[in-house]
Amino acid sequence: MKEDIKKKLKLKVSAIKEGTVIDHIPAKNLFKVITILGLDKIENQITFGTNLESHKLGGKAIIKVTDKFFKDNEINKIALIAPHAKLNIIRDYEVVEKRIVETPETINGIVKCFNPKCITNNEIITTSFKVIVNEPLSLKCKYCEKITNGEQIQIY
Amino acid sequence: MKKDLISITDFSKEEYLRIMDLAADFEKNPNQDLLKGKVVASLFFEPSTRTRLSFETAISRLGGRIVGFADPGSSSATKGETLHDTIKMVSNYADLIVMRHPLEGAARYAAEVSSVPIINAGDGANQHPSQTLLDMYSILKTQGTLDNINLFMVGDLKYGRTVHSLLQAMSEFEKPIFNFISPEILKMPETYKLSLKEKGIKYFEHEEFTDIISEADIIYMTRVQKERFSDPIEYEKVKNIYILRNAMLKNTKSNMKILHPLPRVNEIHPDVDGNEKAYYFDQARNGVFTREAIITHIMNLK
Repeated sequence: MKEDIKKKLKLKVSAIKEGTVIDHIPAKNLFKVITILGLDKIENQITFGTNLESHKLGGKAIIKVTDKFFKDNEINKIALIAPHAKLNIIRDYEVVEKRIVETPETINGIVKCFNPKCITNNEIITTSFKVIVNEPLSLKCKYCEKITNGEQIQIY
Repeated sequence: MKKDLISITDFSKEEYLRIMDLAADFEKNPNQDLLKGKVVASLFFEPSTRTRLSFETAISRLGGRIVGFADPGSSSATKGETLHDTIKMVSNYADLIVMRHPLEGAARYAAEVSSVPIINAGDGANQHPSQTLLDMYSILKTQGTLDNINLFMVGDLKYGRTVHSLLQAMSEFEKPIFNFISPEILKMPETYKLSLKEKGIKYFEHEEFTDIISEADIIYMTRVQKERFSDPIEYEKVKNIYILRNAMLKNTKSNMKILHPLPRVNEIHPDVDGNEKAYYFDQARNGVFTREAIITHIMNLK
């Protein structure tokens, strides 16, 4: 990529006055990230770009949310589908803090238990998993005690 | 905070030992009025005659009164009531709930909803902790200890919840040795073997059911269930391999006992029944004392 284009892109990223930029989201999971963070239900200004070039991810997406600062437990929810996401916290056009996403110890909701005989698939119950292994992600259901991992992981 | 018994790993080693002590006491003196004036709900969303009668006998011997249902046909579940609502309602009536449910995780969920203690009497293929505690009591009673036990598990080690829970509980004691005998397709799952490795516990896997049992202190037999096999030919191949016969017991240790959670189909030949090493019917009898002990512990009656 040419230097001036890189600069422009950087400029775009920094172009919000106050808020959060979430970078390095796998392009295919952009809309899931939006749903999990509830960005489709808030009034803040949001811009996003997708299918941007990335050596690491193949195609990445970026989200900029004006006047929104995420709490750890909020943002860590996206660790499942965007484990390498990076957050830039913007104050007065400047990046004042960079944060990475950490896989939480427990995951409530978001993921469906793969066991069809699990009570959570038969009654209206929020699922709850203990994270057994971070990468590749392996989750143990609090209720049926079965492990959900790899391809079995389905986001609601 | 209320105490529940949902999964065998909810209890510590100290609690296992306390239940063993209480069970020994109830065996000497089964009728103790510790539950007098209390009401226990016995909710069987799935029929299980053996477990239900064992629990209800335990409650009666403790002087408690029982309300509930023995099969889901006579419960409000048939009218479409959720488990949530049934448990909410019953926990307003009773002092303790004993429940069996076909869905996995139902008991854990009920414990979250209920204001009174829950004892899990089986939730699908998941957990059946009172079975494990009575298995442990049977081992303790026949071997005099829960330490240094060479435990052979035979049959369906993949889906059998009783063997998984017993493995977890016995792993808490000194130097157990596990021997797993099963067909390739019903082998002990990796996750349990991994937990043994992490604890530095020895285990061995075999496909053949032969002389190796001469080392055993306990042989824990399980049923190879037809419904576990997607291919009926596979079932036909293995169904008759893991049958224990009296002639096989010749070189086994004098202290060795044979356990089985029951019901058996053909995996223990009737000619074993007369052998003094056959313990499975006594094991079932121990269930009542163990369940009296569990109730007493959960409800802090002693």
